[in-house]
Amino acid sequence: MNKMEVTPGEVIDGYLIGEQLHVGGMAIIFRATHPDIPGPVLFKVPKILDGDDPTVIVGFEMEMMILPRLSGVHVPKVYSVGDYASRPYIAMEFVQGDTLYPTFERSPLPPMEVVAIGLKVATALIDLHKQKVIHHDIKPSNIMIRESGEACFIDFGLSRNREMPDLLEAEFRLPMGTAPYISPEQVRQNRADPRSDIFSLGVLLYHLATGERPFGAPRSQQALKTRLWRDPVPPRKIRKDIPPFLQEIILRCLEVDPARRFQTPARLAFALQNPDAVLLTGRAARMNRDGIVTALRRWLRVRALPPPEPQAYAPNSGSIVLVAVNLDEEFEYLAEAVRVHTERVLTSSGDVRLACVNVLKLSSVFVHDPFDSEGRNIHVQRLVELKDWARPLGLATDKISFHVLEHMDTAEAILEFAEKNHADQIVVGARGRSQMRRFLGSVASQVAARASCTVTLVRATDPRSIKQEANAA
Amino acid sequence: MRIAFISDIHANREALDACVAHARRHGVDRWVFLGDLVGYGADPSYVVDKVRELAGDSGVVIKGNHDAAAASGVADSMNEYATAAVIWTYDELDDDARNYLRTLPMTVEEDDRLYVHSDATRPDEWRYVADAPSAERSLRATEKRLTFCGHIHVPQLYHMAPQKPAVGFKPQNGAPVPLVASRKWLMVQGAVGQPRDHNPAAAYGLLDVKRNEMSYMRVPYDIEGAARKIHAAGLPQLLAARLFIGR
Repeated sequence: MNKMEVTPGEVIDGYLIGEQLHVGGMAIIFRATHPDIPGPVLFKVPKILDGDDPTVIVGFEMEMMILPRLSGVHVPKVYSVGDYASRPYIAMEFVQGDTLYPTFERSPLPPMEVVAIGLKVATALIDLHKQKVIHHDIKPSNIMIRESGEACFIDFGLSRNREMPDLLEAEFRLPMGTAPYISPEQVRQNRADPRSDIFSLGVLLYHLATGERPFGAPRSQQALKTRLWRDPVPPRKIRKDIPPFLQEIILRCLEVDPARRFQTPARLAFALQNPDAVLLTGRAARMNRDGIVTALRRWLRVRALPPPEPQAYAPNSGSIVLVAVNLDEEFEYLAEAVRVHTERVLTSSGDVRLACVNVLKLSSVFVHDPFDSEGRNIHVQRLVELKDWARPLGLATDKISFHVLEHMDTAEAILEFAEKNHADQIVVGARGRSQMRRFLGSVASQVAARASCTVTLVRATDPRSIKQEANAA
Repeated sequence: MRIAFISDIHANREALDACVAHARRHGVDRWVFLGDLVGYGADPSYVVDKVRELAGDSGVVIKGNHDAAAASGVADSMNEYATAAVIWTYDELDDDARNYLRTLPMTVEEDDRLYVHSDATRPDEWRYVADAPSAERSLRATEKRLTFCGHIHVPQLYHMAPQKPAVGFKPQNGAPVPLVASRKWLMVQGAVGQPRDHNPAAAYGLLDVKRNEMSYMRVPYDIEGAARKIHAAGLPQLLAARLFIGR
């Protein structure tokens, strides 16, 4: 039979087992060392109660399937995995830092600290979802904050990889997750929706901001279902200093219908970083829970719901498109061409969030004068013009935002913004094609060369050059 | 070691060559052919020769129902198109090729793997592994942890934990699936030469033995070329037409 027990001092596949660090619900964790690996190793083995508890075994199998195939700073690096039949273990990076658990002991936290933590976790989720994995157990004790600042997920026992069989779904007929954090669709045993992680992150933000759990800590299957029809107490009722935009974000994450949440972690990260771009709806103003009649009506509707259908994973929905607009009068023709192309992107891409960006170039030599010759604030003036540029697009206010970036280097400003906001695409106008531009490198070509996302260069003919050619002829 | 699993070539030279080239690019060093080398397509002699050459001394070739029929010229309980192809193929092959097909093994076991053309319960009955219950029946008929079969022309993956029913999974093109050791797995290969899952690209499987990972591959090939030859050979036109739509 499987050799599951591990004792300190033992050597397994070259790993010298050290002290036992933690006994979790599913696994036991040891510190270990290996001659070829500098520093300590985290050695994880399944916890076997009375022979075999199937969820523990399958959860460990899932982690052995999923974790070694992930990469990046937001997951621990895996050194090796033991053969499940003879010696199951996962030897992985010993992530230095703390979990978010101690932070929760301090909650409620100041709103801006909540936003900063939310942004770290959302950024880590972007990376995870890009690797086709839904975490399914987002909670404070499963998130480490590295010494370098990034959030790192540490337990993948309930995770699901879109390209691998879901052994948990195949075998168990009970909702799986951690009661306070589990999403309504997980309660209904649908494990195919990546937006479940957005819900759990919403619970986490709610708790950090208010010091309370939005749905308590239910202890029965029946109590778990309450979140399908009973809305949480609005955070601002608990703590008045929570700004409306943060309540809007939290309650949007906690929507029962996944289609009403942020559709991707990148969209959530965008909202957290750009509070001004968050459209405040009734959610932001809410000061009380819905009345009992409304809640009961929802309860009746939930009872009548058909069994959940597995939903298609749509990694391309909810993209963020950055459009860089040059507002100089001499490039009006180009700004128009950029808008025409942007319309094309909007009609062909479905659910898009558009970030309109204009760069206010600062001089490296002279002190920047924030006012123009008429005494108007240049930054505000640019915002006005940017909004005017975008008006023909006819986008709803929750689908568009405006950003005037002050920077000495236009291309750098666009690239930094795109990186920070996880843009999926940049649309930028390319001015002329002169010899000079070829040598010096235009803004558009720099953006195209260095961006990590798709870049569309829009070209248009300068009407003046046509006129000049006509005159010459 | 990387093993390519090639099933249901059905005398489609263009599809076989495309898959072999693709597999070589992916570092394959061993070949396992899961039956139905011939039948339907216009290049039975070429395919038999090529398979024999690739299999060499170390490879494995399993017998399929079309191989058995083409070797004897007798098509029991086959539809009219298959029967026409069997008779045509019998005439097309020489004695040596017919004898080779006749003497192919029904199953081969190797390490923790079983190779068979169809359901492993009674291989000579050529039953399809078409759903979770039939996969479970096949998995329970062997001690081996991994079963590789073909026959149905639709790629599918089944896994089964001890004392649990088998569960199906539709494999994603090119994405490796780790075959965790605590359960049994059944890898139904799609068809190289006549796909029927609405995707006309040739299908084959790739097992990375060291990493214990299975990948399902799809390879585009010259369908027009294969179809032209089916027409020229005077085989039923339907056998060419279905290649374009993969069903």
